[in-house]
Amino acid sequence: MSISTIDPSLRHQRREQALMTLLAAPAVLVIVALVVIPVGWLAAQSVYDNGFTLEHYRRIFTEEVYWRSFALTFRIALMVTLLTLLLGYPVAYAAAHAKRPWNVLILACVMLPFWTSVLVRAYAWLVLLQRTGVANQLLERFGLTTEPLAMVHNELGTVIATVHILLPFMVLPLYSTMQKIPRELMLAGASLGGGPLYSFRHIFLPLSLPGVVAGLTLVFVLTLGFYITPELLGGGRTVMISMVVSRNVELYAQWGAASAVGVVLLVCVLAIFAAVGRIIPLDKMLGQK
Amino acid sequence: MLGSAMAAEQIMFVSQGGAYQKAQTIAILDPSAKKLGITINQDSVPDAWPIMRSQVATGKPTWDVVDVATNFCLRGGEQGIVEKLDFSKIPNAAAMPAEYRSDYSVAYEFYSSVLGYNLKKFPDAASAPKSWADFWDVKKFPGRRSLRNHPLATLEAALMADGVAADKLYPLDVDRAFKKLEEIKPNITVWWTSGAQSAQLLNDGEVDMVMAWNGRISALAKEGAKVTYTYNQGILQSTSLCVLKGAPNLPTAIKFLNEAVDPVHQANLPLHIDYGPANPKAYDTKVISEARVKELPSAPENAKVQTLMSYAWWTSPAGEAAEKRWLQFMQK
Repeated sequence: MSISTIDPSLRHQRREQALMTLLAAPAVLVIVALVVIPVGWLAAQSVYDNGFTLEHYRRIFTEEVYWRSFALTFRIALMVTLLTLLLGYPVAYAAAHAKRPWNVLILACVMLPFWTSVLVRAYAWLVLLQRTGVANQLLERFGLTTEPLAMVHNELGTVIATVHILLPFMVLPLYSTMQKIPRELMLAGASLGGGPLYSFRHIFLPLSLPGVVAGLTLVFVLTLGFYITPELLGGGRTVMISMVVSRNVELYAQWGAASAVGVVLLVCVLAIFAAVGRIIPLDKMLGQK
Repeated sequence: MLGSAMAAEQIMFVSQGGAYQKAQTIAILDPSAKKLGITINQDSVPDAWPIMRSQVATGKPTWDVVDVATNFCLRGGEQGIVEKLDFSKIPNAAAMPAEYRSDYSVAYEFYSSVLGYNLKKFPDAASAPKSWADFWDVKKFPGRRSLRNHPLATLEAALMADGVAADKLYPLDVDRAFKKLEEIKPNITVWWTSGAQSAQLLNDGEVDMVMAWNGRISALAKEGAKVTYTYNQGILQSTSLCVLKGAPNLPTAIKFLNEAVDPVHQANLPLHIDYGPANPKAYDTKVISEARVKELPSAPENAKVQTLMSYAWWTSPAGEAAEKRWLQFMQK
């Protein structure tokens, strides 16, 4: 069968498919070269050290320090995710509903810190929250405290700074979803007798859920890998998984020891997504339709 | 052939960056390069050890000489990552005490883990903390404290606080050290991870007492901060030079090693930074003023009241086990 006998619309469809594949090819190549191959290589290293070995995994599953770090990391990730949602939802709502120039101003307030280095922001929190810091001085001046509060060099400091750093990752997907929700729907709800709260709960909230899930996912995954903030603001006691990875490289001087920790973390995250995906389908999670 | 003979010899030298690498460039690297007629290329890495390993593992290292904490040179020797040195080609090291060198390393400069404190909190020298026992005594010396988030020197301090004599420290009684550390743990506000952090904590009044490197505290004091330290019971530590196994410019690297511990170059270093020369002959060159000598950790008078860290112990299996146990201690 020669090409000329094929239905022209089918031919068009095929050509379009080929073109799409071609367009995606550079991105796929980059991902394979920079993500798939190195991660695969690291994963292979985690079970190979002059022969097949499960030593690195044995250590993770038998030594308590690893479990404590995993538990702490997931706890902090959960706290940060919920806090960013609590703080980010109203901000995104306001940005999506405010008129120019207010919406621009709100978004600028979210984005400006976002363009500042994470390291700088972590240090800024240190300056603000330490014993002789601005926050403690104000509290004491207004007679609210007599002793400086311990707000940094602990888990609290880590959570505060991480929430601040990751807030844009919650606000932006929320904002983009909320912007697409037609205003008329709320008007329609009102014309059918729904009060503002009722309409919000039954119309706006469900429609904004894809943004919520996207934001939750982004923030949760990013927190799991945080390094600088717990290192600077954790006082040495907040040992998150990323720090365990770096300690493993130092202590064992083997990429395998560190990558085993990474592989376990990856598996945990995938398991969480699989579980969440049973409740909310993946395509919805990624913000499609 | 003419081309290859004319080509200048060169090496890649790797250190830890910052003010320290700047100081050694002026004091040691530039004069050595000039005297030997070689080019010294520089790189700086805060944590060289994992990279040393992977460089050698690739079979084609690009680094020649590395300036790292001595234990990494020793461990590198053990694991075949560092070249064995032929000391007949490093005559300048002959004058150095045997403890300052090993088959794989030659000491390069000294610093000390000392007890530093805030002068506003302890204005009176007579009633200021002077020993690790004082640091541990939270009743007699109330205040906030910070220790390094690392077992090296911290275990030594804990044992001295528990009454172990400085000359009886090694082999370290690891169990006893960790037990003593558990005791102080609730009173440690911050476990610092970088030298800059340790200085900042003391400067900002986050803590009143800290175990830190002498150079960090003296730098603060010079800037006018009300802080000071004591060399008493300090733990004298060194970085050493070692050469990567299969280094591309091995003969030049050895020539440089010898030049780097030349007494005059060594004596130049403390003129630019608060670290002591590793070659004791540097103190005979008269390059360092007498007032300056008194401030340096490796000066004979100061060395006397301190303990020389045993890197051999820290690279032994017991030492490595103690290092691995640290994370467990921190996480509990």
